[in-house]
Amino acid sequence: MADLQLIMSGLANGCIYGLIALGFVLIYKATEAVNFAQGDMMMLGAFIALGFTNSDRMDLPFWLAVPMSILLMGCFGYLLDRIIIRRMFGQSQVSVVILTIALGFVLRFAAGTIWGHEPQSLESPFAGRDVSFGGVVLGLDEVVVIFTTVLLTIGFYFFFNNTKLGVAMQASSQNQLAAYYMGIPVKRIQSLIWAVSGMMAAIAGILFASKGSIDPGVGLVGIKAFAAAVIGGMGSLPGALLGGIIIGLVEPFAARYVAAGYSQVAPYLLLFLVLVFRPHGILAQIHRKKV
Amino acid sequence: MRILFKTSYDDDINLFKHNHHRFWYILLFVALLCLPFLISDYMVGEFTNVLIWALAGMGLMILVGQTGQASLGHAAFLAIGCYSNVILQSNFGLPFVISFPLAGLISGLAGVLLAIPTTRLHGIYLAIATLAASIIIEDIIVLAEPITGGVSGLYAPDINLFGYSINRYVDPSAFYWLTLGVVLIIVLFYKNLLRSPLGRAFAAVRDSEISAQAMGINVARTKAVSFGISTAITGLAGALMGHFAGIFTNETFNVIISITLLLMIVVGGVGSIHGAFFGAIIVAFLPQLLSFFRDWIGNTFELGSIVIPGLESAVFGCILIFFILFEPMGIYGMWLKLRTWFELFPFYRRDMFRRQKSYLKTERMR
Repeated sequence: MADLQLIMSGLANGCIYGLIALGFVLIYKATEAVNFAQGDMMMLGAFIALGFTNSDRMDLPFWLAVPMSILLMGCFGYLLDRIIIRRMFGQSQVSVVILTIALGFVLRFAAGTIWGHEPQSLESPFAGRDVSFGGVVLGLDEVVVIFTTVLLTIGFYFFFNNTKLGVAMQASSQNQLAAYYMGIPVKRIQSLIWAVSGMMAAIAGILFASKGSIDPGVGLVGIKAFAAAVIGGMGSLPGALLGGIIIGLVEPFAARYVAAGYSQVAPYLLLFLVLVFRPHGILAQIHRKKV
Repeated sequence: MRILFKTSYDDDINLFKHNHHRFWYILLFVALLCLPFLISDYMVGEFTNVLIWALAGMGLMILVGQTGQASLGHAAFLAIGCYSNVILQSNFGLPFVISFPLAGLISGLAGVLLAIPTTRLHGIYLAIATLAASIIIEDIIVLAEPITGGVSGLYAPDINLFGYSINRYVDPSAFYWLTLGVVLIIVLFYKNLLRSPLGRAFAAVRDSEISAQAMGINVARTKAVSFGISTAITGLAGALMGHFAGIFTNETFNVIISITLLLMIVVGGVGSIHGAFFGAIIVAFLPQLLSFFRDWIGNTFELGSIVIPGLESAVFGCILIFFILFEPMGIYGMWLKLRTWFELFPFYRRDMFRRQKSYLKTERMR
């Protein structure tokens, strides 16, 4: 029974990682860039929602604050691309990575200055309520997290495979020049996907903040989420969710069954092993390049 | 305007392009030698810090700038160099002259060990694998408490150099000269590496792995060797860093240091030795400069002391964003443009250093 409980809470944690990883994968799938600031964008989204909702701040109703913060983060993502990322168009992946790492520093500082460095938690209607399924007691927040993540992953999976815009996004990442020849407005599509991933960051942030407390340094969860994306296979949406769940499950079990001190290494050890034996993740999408 | 007239094949690979070149570098070296006589002990310590960071930067530069492999885990090799140097001295009683190169060797071997499974990885995958390795090594340091002291850390003993004892606080100038000597040797090694076949192989792998392979270069081995040399130099820097800090724990070499190191060489200018030094100057002097400005603003506007947590990394981040967007060659690129402007005086054109337009392609099939 205890194990089942561990599995469920690991699943919920893993879904949060998966949700952040989904943001990574969206941007990677459509622009070939890797956004290391995704964790910090999540933190920003959480703080914006917190600023709207909490009673000592603006004290707006939760269901009004959620769409507002999602919209605001969408605008943030769009502007980020228009002002900064677009200048890097066509440059190598690694320079975009370095740029977004630096961006993360700036975002962390901005959030710390505006909202303070103490851990705070979001006053959400999910917090502190329990749901029980046949003896397993789950927090309502955990149920909402799992539900939202699975829904979003399925939604984006069909979006990328079945809609014209989704296919155009994939095309613009696979070969920018060829996509231009096909009449795809590559730059506009990139701005759009940055906006979408900003919204994803806001959703992840709201769910994360209603599960526990947040502080400006929480963006470092992004590293774990990135590990999730890589384990699942960068560029695969179900892979992001799978990787997130694997990491989410490995963590509590390692903490329970492995000696203290060794357990926190487990996710990174797993990442390292996956990279060594399956260099492009479990659901790999890269094949050997031929000349 | 200077016109170089080449009379032998060696002119292309000589260490110094012409006599002026040699003159300025010798002058710089003499100035650095005399520095401890001109400035206070505190500033000597700061300059030593710059040199140590530059050494670590040069190590990473061989990997990132010359071979084109991104690493987000070089703090781990700083740690390996630092710990093995001190452990060899304290536990095995070896003198510094032996333990120091041995520390470099050990971290070089560790680098090769990491390289063997990861040479198949590219770009971002390699970066994340090294990041994971760095986090794992940080935890190993905590777990191996009997030899590494765990979270309480280790003390670095005084350096014993041929019977002459050097402590960084008692005799900062001597430690400075020691560091300067190591840096000089590594710079000469680096310069010579670049004009050797191995250095050319590094550049070929960086520019295109496929064409490098077609030219008969063993890509995996070249990458592994590059990893080894890079981590060995970083290990030497780590050993000096341990003596400089006096006491160190696993926290001294965390992931943030790895990231800072990579950002440092990008700000300085990837692919040039100068870049490592320019970047090190920024990393070492930025906190001082900021606290100076903070005090100045506080005193001028009578605000008292202002404490803004995280300001340093935010300013560093802004500087980095500025450089990546407007000057991808870093500070060295600015210096290069300035120099070209003077050398060609009336003939400099703005388009001379324009970036070529490029488009990305994916390696994914779906």
